[in-house]
Amino acid sequence: MSPPVLTTRKLSLHIGRTKVCSNLNLEIQPGECWGILGPNGAGKTTLLHVLAGLRPADSGEILYGRRQLPDLSPREQALWRGLLFQDGLGGFPGTVFETVLAGRHPHLGRLGWETPEDLRLAQAAMDATGLKGLEQRNVSTLSGGERQRMEIAMLLAQAPRLALLDEPSNHLDPDQQILMLRLLKKHFSDSGRAMVMVLHDINLAMRFCDNLLLVRGNGQHRSGSVTGVATEDNIRWLYQHPVSLLQAEGTACFHFL
Amino acid sequence: MRHPLGNKLPLLALLLAIAAASLTLSLMIGSVDIAPLELWKLLWRDDGSTHYRIIHELRLPRSLSAFGVGGVLALAGLLMQALLRNPLADPYILGVSGGAAVAVLGAMLLGLPFAWQAPMAFGGALASILLLFSLAHSGNWNTTRLLLTGVVLAAGWSALISFVLSLSPPVQLPGMLFWLMGDLSDALNPALPLAVLGSGLLLALWLAPALNLALLGTARAAALGVRIRRLHVFIYLLASLLTAAAVSIAGAIGFIGLIAPHMLRLMTGSDHRILVPGSVLLGGSLLVLADTAARTLIAPMQLPVGVLTALFGVPLFLFLLNRGTVGRQS
Repeated sequence: MSPPVLTTRKLSLHIGRTKVCSNLNLEIQPGECWGILGPNGAGKTTLLHVLAGLRPADSGEILYGRRQLPDLSPREQALWRGLLFQDGLGGFPGTVFETVLAGRHPHLGRLGWETPEDLRLAQAAMDATGLKGLEQRNVSTLSGGERQRMEIAMLLAQAPRLALLDEPSNHLDPDQQILMLRLLKKHFSDSGRAMVMVLHDINLAMRFCDNLLLVRGNGQHRSGSVTGVATEDNIRWLYQHPVSLLQAEGTACFHFL
Repeated sequence: MRHPLGNKLPLLALLLAIAAASLTLSLMIGSVDIAPLELWKLLWRDDGSTHYRIIHELRLPRSLSAFGVGGVLALAGLLMQALLRNPLADPYILGVSGGAAVAVLGAMLLGLPFAWQAPMAFGGALASILLLFSLAHSGNWNTTRLLLTGVVLAAGWSALISFVLSLSPPVQLPGMLFWLMGDLSDALNPALPLAVLGSGLLLALWLAPALNLALLGTARAAALGVRIRRLHVFIYLLASLLTAAAVSIAGAIGFIGLIAPHMLRLMTGSDHRILVPGSVLLGGSLLVLADTAARTLIAPMQLPVGVLTALFGVPLFLFLLNRGTVGRQS
């Protein structure tokens, strides 16, 4: 059996006075889709960056496959995991195609020159996210939703084992939210890779994720399968707000009162 | 599918032609004008004439020095702009040349021999860089803080320069002012600037793919496998050493480092595999042309070339700003 894509052992993390988690043990298996939920300021983004190896935890271990995260070179890390950022891209923007192509960077040889295969994968990622025809547009002229889809295309071009997504539905229209999450799910969890996404919308999480991690922002967390974790009690505990679970025709959704 | 760089190669060929043309022009005109055909013969064969000596002892070394210094300045500007992700970054704006100027003027005021000027300039530039680095780099790397610290340091150096000038005896003032404005009339050994340019160009080309990712921001570059901290320190040191070398050869010449990369970004976008060689060619050509103008416009008097780069640079930069590129990119 293949090892978990991501394992955390006794992971503890705090930012300022906020305790994000203490002694967090997770095992994310190939094919799984996890959602991280929690109130604003609970440290979800920071936790995601720690899982990506971009900043250190207070204590504990993170493993990619069987290897300890710090033992992997930056390039090996970039081949294993990709990150969709929440904040927009600044700097000097190039064209959309150049930016999507940048996602291939960890796969390039020593000279950093893209092969025809890299170009093909970048183009395929643009087609899949509905950006066909925008290749030569300057990134600064894109709308918020187009930008978000471009970042998703960049991640698809990077094609890592594990996708860490910070609010992938940001800036997207309701139909695009569903289309993009379906696309990500098809590319990552359905193909034996794995994905972890921070979400604001509990109902989107219930629809797409098979496992949930709830972080409360005081060091407490609850995790497990959606059916076990997404209960009225847990969601009320998480957001400190009254909720009720509405069920009809085999689907369930939370209603915040 | 075509590589996106494929259709940008003609631009490099064009820039190469511009560089050759500007060097040729700089050899042809001056106190005596030399026709292209004669120039071509004299380049390869010594016929014992004065024209041969004018070309080989005066114009060629000076033009090649100008090309080397211009290329180095453009490269240093480009690197600083990538590092700070800000189109306004330039080693001059960050006070590096100010530090060099204070050191050189101090040496002149103390009556140190002429040979001390270049080492003093180099030392002053490096000292300014180290000062900037230690002031702005406590803990983590913050580009806004680095830029602001640099601008304030530059203002401080400029005050010190005025202080030294006001203390100096009147006989020394013209020499000091010429140095401050940037001048190539003493730069008759092109080997040094060309060697600096060559090694800087190779290193920057090697870094070019990583520079492209650095533009996406620290976190994104790190997520794509770039050792971003190491890259930042390396860019910073390379840009600083290049500036220090340029200042020690030709004094404080501004605007080349700002203008050349911007004109290129306007033409080709932001891929450093094109920007690096392109900026070197364009920066070199611009300084060769400016220096040719500086020594011919009001001949037999010579203008300091820094005056001309600023005179042309200011309206050009404002024009680019108006086109929206600079503003949009910041």
